[in-house]
Amino acid sequence: MGQDKLTQAKVLVIGAGGLGCPILQYLAAAGIGTLGIVDFDTIEESNLQRQILFGMSTLGMNKALAAKERLEDINPTISITAYQERLTNKNAISLFNKYDIIVDGTDNFTTRYLISDASLITHKPLVYGAIYKFEGQVSVFNYQDGPSYRCIFPTPPKAGSVANCSEVGVLGVLPGIVGSMQANEVLKLILGLGNVLSGKLLCYNALTAETMTLTVPKSDIEINKILNQKDTFQNCQEEFNCELNFNEISVKEALQKENIQFIDVRETHEQPKVDVINPIQIPLSELELHLDKIDSEKEKIIFCQSGIRSKKAVAILQKNNINNCYSLKEGAISILEHYNQN
Amino acid sequence: MNLNIKYFGMLTEVTQCQEETFLFSQSTVADLLKALFSKYPLLEERDFQVAQMQTLVSKDTIISNTEIALLPPFAGG
Repeated sequence: MGQDKLTQAKVLVIGAGGLGCPILQYLAAAGIGTLGIVDFDTIEESNLQRQILFGMSTLGMNKALAAKERLEDINPTISITAYQERLTNKNAISLFNKYDIIVDGTDNFTTRYLISDASLITHKPLVYGAIYKFEGQVSVFNYQDGPSYRCIFPTPPKAGSVANCSEVGVLGVLPGIVGSMQANEVLKLILGLGNVLSGKLLCYNALTAETMTLTVPKSDIEINKILNQKDTFQNCQEEFNCELNFNEISVKEALQKENIQFIDVRETHEQPKVDVINPIQIPLSELELHLDKIDSEKEKIIFCQSGIRSKKAVAILQKNNINNCYSLKEGAISILEHYNQN
Repeated sequence: MNLNIKYFGMLTEVTQCQEETFLFSQSTVADLLKALFSKYPLLEERDFQVAQMQTLVSKDTIISNTEIALLPPFAGG
């Protein structure tokens, strides 16, 4: 009975790296009938301390292909497809539609948000795992109308603000533990065993051996934002998923608009002041406390010193269902420069 | 009241601790963040969510329990 369910299951694993290797190894050994592996990357020697499907004889090979060959040796009775390509908005939907369960073993936010959005749009449960140094996170999203990744982290972090594993270094066994937990959730989903880790985020610390399981409330606002993009999703660039919440604008474009409200989200002491455009001033840290000052009838141009906090402000306003907000690309100085030139 | 605040992932690089007792007398999560940003200015540049009593909460939630956790997203794999 249980083995039949496993044989009939179709699981797509994205990323055959530190997380993907243990996930794939256990899923193949368990006899999951159809496995898909997506990875465009090739094997390097520095991967071998944690990417346990590979060895010296496979250096330089594509990871999806090398994983497929190794797994076929572990279990020759299952069907494995290696997708030696990058996951994009264009190929994600049709690929996800071929599988029952999606597993995220990637190493960057752009792909993680792409996977989250595409699995939400295709109504597939997503088994999520991620690591940083000595800590890991595991959860199952989009399961039986449960929360999605964006219910926890609605807005992607700034590009480059968080380093990936190869940059910071991890204990090789940590992705082994977290990947095994992900494989466990996949098997529970297929077999209908126990309590699936849906609506929960499990946090594991390898140094203290402590776990903490947080409850994740569902946010229909965040989920609907993505579902509303369904028709345009495939035509967007990959960066779209990470930029989804950001509308950036230049001074020139901003000043061409009519009926606008300028919002300065810098702290009150920050210079230079730009009285020429008569902005209202609400420091970013207090923005959500002063939403009543924001004019719903106007288009909002938000600025700060360099264009980073204003992006965060746009995301906060969108989260509060305030639309028509733009982040000014170059910040306050660009406004003064514009007026000095003209 | 004395809050017990846990920090996860890269936030511990800003706070230099994984856990601390923090005296806090105001009301909401937003107030707490303001107090924490004044103690750790670099924290404001990080992305994270706040949990109270092991449940993720929004910024306007009133702090009524001493168990607080600050949780950043991880990308590694």
